[in-house]
Amino acid sequence: MTFEQFIFYVLGALAIVSGLMVITVKNPVKAALWLVLAFIATAGVWIMAQAEFLGLVLILVYVGAVMVLFLFVVMMLDINLAQLKEGFTRYLPLGAMASVGILAMMYMVLGPDHFGLEVTGAPVQQSANFSNTKAIGVPLYTTHAYAFVLAAVLLLVGIVAAIALTLRRRPPREVLYQNIDQQVKTEKADRLTMVKMESVVEKELPEKEEESK
Amino acid sequence: MIALSDYLIFGAILFTISMAGIFLNRKNIIVLLMSIELLLLAVNTNLVAFSHYLNDVTGQIFVFFILTVAAAEAAIGLAIIVLVFRNRKSINVDDLGSLKG
Repeated sequence: MTFEQFIFYVLGALAIVSGLMVITVKNPVKAALWLVLAFIATAGVWIMAQAEFLGLVLILVYVGAVMVLFLFVVMMLDINLAQLKEGFTRYLPLGAMASVGILAMMYMVLGPDHFGLEVTGAPVQQSANFSNTKAIGVPLYTTHAYAFVLAAVLLLVGIVAAIALTLRRRPPREVLYQNIDQQVKTEKADRLTMVKMESVVEKELPEKEEESK
Repeated sequence: MIALSDYLIFGAILFTISMAGIFLNRKNIIVLLMSIELLLLAVNTNLVAFSHYLNDVTGQIFVFFILTVAAAEAAIGLAIIVLVFRNRKSINVDDLGSLKG
């Protein structure tokens, strides 16, 4: 076993164990943290497959943004853990059977008989100064420019949808809102009234010595 | 040297694990979303591996777009969960049967 294979198997085992923990632990916060570990290990596997840019993007975007969002939501909600876990053992045989069956079928198709090293041949090893980012970037901005713009629009739709869904207008007695139009248009006459009144002359105070007696 | 089948079987194992997760955690909608993320990760691993062995960068570009879509999907899914929790005070899937589907 070469050193490269050793690293690959360690990362793969780490990702698989974390994946199993994600689906079995009781607490969703712990599940999210195990999922972070699974993402990091898989990013390592991608980097071993010479997809350095995507491996780093996976860590930045998934671990940095999406999983933090997950943790944020999980901690914000008040969840009844016992209620959510019921039925776990009831579906365990069915789920395990279906998974093992599908895995066996996938092994028959994807196993070493069809995609082994003797069949596919060794992959092209890029030299040390090869830039994976440039190799992705050039086709992304030329051949796939239309899909790239569509992805940007999709993200915009995502922003708008997420904000529109969670935006909550509370009644004005709970929260005071600003009405910027009216505030800008305010003039002096709206706020200040001049009052005409008679001038008042103060009466003289009584002498202090008389009070003390 | 790592064979292509190693990457593919790694992806297949992750895929089946997350599929089992969807079977087992059908009450907990948050773990369901996490399983879907893991599912997409397994599929992306296949694309990256094929892209490496065929020496064609298009597979990696495809992964890039899948990551974009998955991030948007996670954001909207979590927004919907927050909305459901605000209205129902629960995210148990069994409590969400008002459509009688």
